[in-house]
Amino acid sequence: MKYQSHHRVGDQPWLRRVLILTAVTLAALLLAIPLLLIFTQAFSAGWDALVSNIGDRYTLHAIGLTLFVALLTVPLNLVFGTALAWLVTRFRFPGRKLLITLIDVPFAVSPVVAGLLYLLLYGRNGWLGSWLADYDVQLMFSWPGIVMVTIFVTCPFVARELIPLMQQQGTEEEEAAVTLGASGWRLFRRVTLPNIKWALIYGVVLTNARAVGEFGAVSVVSGNIRGKTNTLPLHVELLYQDYNIAGAFAAASLLAAIAILTLAIKGVAEWRQAQLLAREPADRNPQ
Amino acid sequence: MSIKIEHLNKTFGSFRALRDISLDIPDGKLTALLGPSGSGKTTLLRIIAGLENASDGRILFGERDISRLPVKERNVGFVFQHYALFRHMTVAQNIAFGPESLPKAQRPPKAEIRKTVTRLLEMIQLPELANRYPAQLSGGQKQRVALARALATRPDILLLDEPFGALDARVRKDLRRWLRGLHDEFHFTSVFVTHDQEEALELSDQVVVMSQGQVEQVDSPTRLYASPASRFVFDFLGHVNIISGSVTDGWLQQGNARVSLPGVSVSGDAQLYLRPHEVRLSVEPGDRACLPFTIEAINLIGAEVRVELKPDGWACDDIWEVGISHGEFSRWQPARGDRCFVTPDIGHLFRNGDNRPETVAWT
Ligand SMILES: Nc1ncnc2c1ncn2[C@@H]1O[C@H](COP(=O)(O)OP(=O)(O)OP(=O)(O)O)[C@@H](O)[C@H]1O
Ligand SMILES: [Mg+2]
Repeated sequence: MKYQSHHRVGDQPWLRRVLILTAVTLAALLLAIPLLLIFTQAFSAGWDALVSNIGDRYTLHAIGLTLFVALLTVPLNLVFGTALAWLVTRFRFPGRKLLITLIDVPFAVSPVVAGLLYLLLYGRNGWLGSWLADYDVQLMFSWPGIVMVTIFVTCPFVARELIPLMQQQGTEEEEAAVTLGASGWRLFRRVTLPNIKWALIYGVVLTNARAVGEFGAVSVVSGNIRGKTNTLPLHVELLYQDYNIAGAFAAASLLAAIAILTLAIKGVAEWRQAQLLAREPADRNPQ
Repeated sequence: MSIKIEHLNKTFGSFRALRDISLDIPDGKLTALLGPSGSGKTTLLRIIAGLENASDGRILFGERDISRLPVKERNVGFVFQHYALFRHMTVAQNIAFGPESLPKAQRPPKAEIRKTVTRLLEMIQLPELANRYPAQLSGGQKQRVALARALATRPDILLLDEPFGALDARVRKDLRRWLRGLHDEFHFTSVFVTHDQEEALELSDQVVVMSQGQVEQVDSPTRLYASPASRFVFDFLGHVNIISGSVTDGWLQQGNARVSLPGVSVSGDAQLYLRPHEVRLSVEPGDRACLPFTIEAINLIGAEVRVELKPDGWACDDIWEVGISHGEFSRWQPARGDRCFVTPDIGHLFRNGDNRPETVAWT
């Protein structure tokens, strides 16, 4: 075989083509076609059928509950994740390393197991649950339980995005702000926040996507009561079990649409950041 | 404002970074903290600023004990080694950050802040860069912006951590002069950290030499250079030639080398420290000393000719260096491998186990 010495290692044209073809085929088979199928299935019976399927009383309720859960989860985890990232990157204390490892527990544990743990702890016969039941408080098999497990499952996203970034950026800018007399709030608002803004948005987007789509943990603690504790992913499963294929795909297409929207927001966030970094001096705040 | 440090200690876990530091930093003067890497300079500076807490000890600004005061009430300006400019703010916004951070009651009106920024930009000679971002500045420009930002709050005390450390030699020299000029004009009290002895001696009114978390010596540059107080300070301030031997009857002897020690009566083992410019070279031994050498290398570049010498018939750990004038060099025309003798004018004698030198002068 002839040896073409001017090619870089691994830069043979045939190899390039094979790799590209493999990647495109896999992406199509695993990602694009299934996504497309959801929408074709949803639209298969026509637009009106889709609207009436989504307009179903129980489906509407599931949408409402899912958005409600996300609305509670995202801000809570935003505050929690930011505070946690701040704590472990800005302070040295015993148990810090352990805490950083603990943040990953929700990722490491299967969501179903997480749901079972919550059931064990807060269920009617659980340690805390039985005590709460004496005061007539029921957390499991109602929306507070769903919110609790969703928070558990999604709590690492924001912190995980922020910790490496804040570690890399160091504390010097914040120390400079302190020597210049900035108060704690001003320091956070004017110095820390602008530096972590995009990572924060990215973390929120991921948290939201997971909060909307979570199935395993929620299915354990929700009790699947139609029109009461059924979230959108659970509802899809339920419709499918009922052989209501059109209804299942209609609801699934909503989840897919949310996913695509999430990706779009993430893309915009990344693009904005890149644009910010690449701005030329002439474009900046002309006075 | 003067700074008084009393019995300051700092430990990180079991590591003692600062040991019993007591220090007076005079009002309106430029003081250098000089020492090798890891000697605790940055730690001391950060404790003065309040960015780090001392384990025990006191710090006074003027008469006031500020040991427990938070950073923002100390009114110090701090210039960080890597500038620490706010990366998402323009140069002008960086400089305005300090005045804008003042509590409402003390905050000057917007127009006045803008005027301060303009004035400072002119002072650092960068008025055209007001709207640039830090990423678009050179190292020297960043350093000047960092300085302007620190000065915008009108601090009583300016603290600088290796202000010129990361810059090339040329820019460094310019900035050094510029800072000196600035200081002479405004008379704030400044403390700057450096591990460059030349920088410390050139720029400061007072030098604090540190080693392993302790203060070795505090003196003016001239006095520090003329009479270093310990072996460490000697070693740290440029090259020094050392001969060790035993002292008997007023002579130090080792192998076939010997030096008279006028005024020294005790005997025992000792080391004699001789600076390159405090000795002379000759072809014949004088009556003060007989220190035979062979010439190892000759370096002609510079204000004087540096001759490197290897002991002949005796031993020392480090080679000797002697400076002679270019005139003397051309008269004498020494060459590599020639034999020659060193005659001392001033020396510093350390007895074994003693860290304080005794000055010996031959006249
Ligand atoms: N946060 C910290 N935790 C543990 N040890 C520290 C910490 N900060 C400094 N030290 C230690 O204290 C000693 C003094 O550090 P310091 O930064 O003051 O040295 P320095 O004189 O400024 O050195 P350099 O010239 O390299 O900057 C070093 O041995 C360093 O390892
Ligand atoms: Mg340092």
